[in-house]
Amino acid sequence: MNRPPEPAKRGVSLATREALWAFVFLAIPLAFFLFIRIWPAFQALWLSLFDWHADPSKRPFVGLEHYEQMLNDRLLLKALQNTLAYTLLGVPLQLLLGLGIALLLNAVTRFRDVFRAIYFAPYVTPAAAIAWVFSWMLSPNFGIVNEILSVFGIPPQPFLTKPSQALATVTMIVVWQNLGFQVVLFLAGLQNIPRDYYEAARIDGASNWQLFRHITFPLLNPVMVFSAVIGTIGFLQLFTQVVNLNFTDQGGPLGSTLTLALYIYQVAFARFELGYAAAITVLLFVIILSITLVQLRLLSRRVEY
Amino acid sequence: MKRLSTFLIYALLILGSVVMFFPFVWMFLTSLKPFAEIFELKVWPQAPTLDNYREVLFKTQFPRWFLNSLVVALITTFSVLFFDSLVGYALAKLRFPGKGLIFVLILSTLMVPTEMLIIPWYVMSTEYGWSNTYWGLLFPGIISAFGVFLMRQFFETLPTDLLDAGRIDGLSEFGVFWRIAFPLVRPALAALGIFTFLGNWNAFLWPLIVVQTANMRTVPVGVALFSSEAGTAWNLIMAASSLAVLPVLLVFLFFQRQIIEGVVLTGVKG
Repeated sequence: MNRPPEPAKRGVSLATREALWAFVFLAIPLAFFLFIRIWPAFQALWLSLFDWHADPSKRPFVGLEHYEQMLNDRLLLKALQNTLAYTLLGVPLQLLLGLGIALLLNAVTRFRDVFRAIYFAPYVTPAAAIAWVFSWMLSPNFGIVNEILSVFGIPPQPFLTKPSQALATVTMIVVWQNLGFQVVLFLAGLQNIPRDYYEAARIDGASNWQLFRHITFPLLNPVMVFSAVIGTIGFLQLFTQVVNLNFTDQGGPLGSTLTLALYIYQVAFARFELGYAAAITVLLFVIILSITLVQLRLLSRRVEY
Repeated sequence: MKRLSTFLIYALLILGSVVMFFPFVWMFLTSLKPFAEIFELKVWPQAPTLDNYREVLFKTQFPRWFLNSLVVALITTFSVLFFDSLVGYALAKLRFPGKGLIFVLILSTLMVPTEMLIIPWYVMSTEYGWSNTYWGLLFPGIISAFGVFLMRQFFETLPTDLLDAGRIDGLSEFGVFWRIAFPLVRPALAALGIFTFLGNWNAFLWPLIVVQTANMRTVPVGVALFSSEAGTAWNLIMAASSLAVLPVLLVFLFFQRQIIEGVVLTGVKG
């Protein structure tokens, strides 16, 4: 009779060896994560409880005072309102335009890749430089955009220089830059939908609108959730464009383009109230976390056929 | 009817393309104009000149900024590719206690916005003397939780038999990873590499904070601060912007297919 092998003993030593190797693999990267991501997140919480001083021993503990301070901070309120406006305006706009262009691209065959590349190009370019290009193009007196508008008999617009137009203008510029990303994702999503579904529905006499409403739209849902979440997080952290579009009066005119991220930057590195700034970053964290969770829950009803 | 709708679709797409591409064209055309011409609003430069580029390249430290950006983007890219693959591979293919916990821990860092980390990073940098150094510029980018997630997804698709074959041939665990698994996930590495590079090349907020002297600026920060001092010399500002935008645009045209496939790969899979 054959003797059974000894899997237990051999298995234990092999398993131990494998686990040891795993920790060798993980040691350095995990140290990086702890050091660069995890520890600083807790340190932000900790710093928010102190008033800032360059010498750590001279930082007075203030408890939750900074969180109270936020309740009466008018600029913070303005930054929150603006950030909300950016998000509510920008995310749907870029989803709609992205989906629209992807549908158009999906309907053609020739030059599709060329168009796709043109729409995507702005996404890879540095936002800081792009913002300067737009502030030149949108200059009220010498900008090419007002020149083009005048051809159609439209009077010159103040764009970035007037509080009532500045936020919408910044949003347009951000959407212009993000659009290609959305188009590429939606186009990939559209091409993942099996042709059979459309053919079957057509045989049943479905109209174009019905095809879109009952096949395209529900099957694109996962892509839309992904785009909406990425877009929302991006708009909630808007900084680079806002700074560079109005460099001498960042967040202006009259605070009309101020965002939460820019306000945090100003509190921390212009006013040097690092403790208070840390408290506002905790607020930003809570906002991003809750919006992401709500969005995932609301939108991610998966559809199977 | 069919032909009309095709015509309409192309017309819309071309109109959209013009809107997308015109800013680049206008930037470039303005950068070729002498100062006297820029407020005339003629489309083509009447007396095209490269003086603006000469001014930006030789009167600022632009070449140095370019080098700085290159150093930061290259080091972070290689670091992310190597270390994120190591973690992704260990999480996908090795058995060890605490695996689930480590994965959740890494993923949870995705929810923390950069703004929240920047103040502690700044405090660390001043305390340890990292501000205004290359290490100070690049340390926040040397690892990426998203990359770990992506690489883990890809390593999971590799058949375990293949790795076992390497073990039987006497490769060490690291040899199995480096010689067998790593080369097989090349599409994922390409996508992750391109996005890490672009993300670090275009980064603005952290370099703005950690850099104090002009010689340590990266391209976006250097160009922004130069522009803010140039007043109404839009010809110079557009030359600086072109120098920041055109190299990226060229790289994009060159790797267009891989970059776009990378978005699809990370977006649809990840």
